[in-house]
Amino acid sequence: MNRFSYVRATSLDEALSALAVPGAAILAGGTNLVDLMKYDVAKPARLVDISRLPLGGITALDDGGLRLGALTPNADTAYDARIQARAPLLASAILAGASAQLRNVATTGGNLLQRTRCAYFYDPCMPCNKREPGSGCPAIGGVNRMHAILGTSEACIAVHPSDMCVALAALDARINVESPGGARVIPIAEFHRLPGDQPQTDSTLGADEIITSVDLPADRFGPHHSYLKLRDRLSYAFALVSVAAGLRLEDGVIVEARIALGGVAHKPWRDREAEALLVGSAPDREAFDHAARAILAPAVGRGGNDYKIELARRAVVRALSQAAAGAPQSQSDKKVR
Amino acid sequence: MYEDPSAIALHLTVNGEARDLRAAPWVTLLDLLRETLKLTGSKKGCDHGQCGACTVMIDGRRVNSCLVLAVTRDGAEVVTIEGLAEGGTLHPLQQAFIDHDALQCGYCTPGQICSAVGLLAEGNAHCRDDVRELMSGNLCRCGAYTHIVDAIEMVRLGAVEAAA
Repeated sequence: MNRFSYVRATSLDEALSALAVPGAAILAGGTNLVDLMKYDVAKPARLVDISRLPLGGITALDDGGLRLGALTPNADTAYDARIQARAPLLASAILAGASAQLRNVATTGGNLLQRTRCAYFYDPCMPCNKREPGSGCPAIGGVNRMHAILGTSEACIAVHPSDMCVALAALDARINVESPGGARVIPIAEFHRLPGDQPQTDSTLGADEIITSVDLPADRFGPHHSYLKLRDRLSYAFALVSVAAGLRLEDGVIVEARIALGGVAHKPWRDREAEALLVGSAPDREAFDHAARAILAPAVGRGGNDYKIELARRAVVRALSQAAAGAPQSQSDKKVR
Repeated sequence: MYEDPSAIALHLTVNGEARDLRAAPWVTLLDLLRETLKLTGSKKGCDHGQCGACTVMIDGRRVNSCLVLAVTRDGAEVVTIEGLAEGGTLHPLQQAFIDHDALQCGYCTPGQICSAVGLLAEGNAHCRDDVRELMSGNLCRCGAYTHIVDAIEMVRLGAVEAAA
C-alpha cells in the first residue's frame, strides 16, 4: 500500500475542501478502496474519511419514496422494514451481493462508486486502459468470460460489478450530490458511464463532488418484481448475468415494464425501447422472449463471454416470469423457479 | 521499538480492555490486532475480504478486519475470538463447534465463530438455508461446511427454544 495522509472530516464542508487537494480520495466503508490500495491499483495521496459525517439512515419522502443516506450500510438498507415493504427489489439485490460482513460495512455511496473486478484492472503488471489510459485492453483477446457484451468499446470491456446498482437502475433512483458549488441530482441512468474512449472514468460524479444520499421513488410494482442473479457459485460471487425486473399489471396486461441487467456492461443496462415492447402485452413467455431478444440484439461476444448472450436472454425471460407471477427469486434457498 | 512517524493515536476497547494505541493510517485493524496486540486468533487468510478468516466484531457487528484501516475506528469496541469465552467457560458457539466436529485444520475457525456470533446477533437467519447463505463470507478450504452449519443451527435453535 502506498503512503498517504489521513484526514477525518467533521463536516461535509470540511470533507469537500479536503477533497480539493490533488490525489485526495474519499473513504467511507473502505471495502473496495482499501482492497484496491492493497493491490496498488488505487494510490491516493490523501484519504478523506467521511465515515463519521451524519449521512446515514433512511428517511421517508413526501412523495411516498425513501431516501437512503450515502453512508447507510448496505445491510441496514436491505433489512429495513420500509425498504422491504416499499423497495423489495432493492433489498433482494443487495442481499444477492457480497457477504454479510461486507454488507455490514459497505455503504450506499461506496456501492455506487465501486470499481470493476476485471482481473487485468486489478493487476498493475498488466496494461489496462481503465487503470493506465492508453496502455491497452488485454481482456480483448484475453481471458474475458466475466466481461461485457453490451455497450463496450475497443478501449474497455469491463463490467460494473454491483448488484445494488442494477436494482437502483430498474427503480429510476436519483443520486443527490454536493460540491463546493452547490447541490445537484443525477438520475441513476446518467450516473454510470459507458467506457467509450475514456474508460478510466466510471461515473459522471465530479472530482469535487460527494454523494450525500439516494432517493427511491414510490413503489410501482407491488409483488411483481424479481432480482435473478446467475453466478459461478451459489453465494458470494459476482454476477455472470443478473436481471432486475419490475412489472406493473392492470387487468392482466402489462402497463409498465422495467428491466435492468448486471454483469453485461460498464453500467447497469437498461433498454427503454425493449421495455416499451412489453406495454399492452399479456405477461407471457412469448412477450418476454420478444423483449429479451430486443435487449440482446446489439450484444457482441468476445470469445470467452459469448455464452452470456444466451444466458442473459434466458435470465430476462425467467426474471420477468417470476415478476409476473409475483414470485420473486429467493436469495436464501437459491432454487430458480 | 520502531514507530512510524506517521502514527496516529487511537483508543480502542479490545475484548473489554481499554487500549491506547498508535498506528500509521495504512495499518489495518487485523494487523494491529495481530502484530501490536499479539491477538493472533484472527487470521490473515486472503487479506482482501474474500475468505472471512479475519472476521471480528466491531461495535457489535461482524466485519472483515483486513479491510478496515485501524485509525478509522478510533473509539470502537472490538471483540475477537480471544474475547468470547467467559472465564473458563467457552462461548456456546465455541462449544458447539467442538461438539459437532466443525473444523479440520482450524485455520478458518476463529473467523467462522466470530461470523456466527454476528449472524445470531443480527437475527436474520430463520432456517438452515439462511444460515448457509449468511455464512457465505467465510470460506473453509477443508470443506467442514456441513458440520459448521450443524453447530450454528444447534445454538440458533437452542436460543429460539429458550425464547419460546
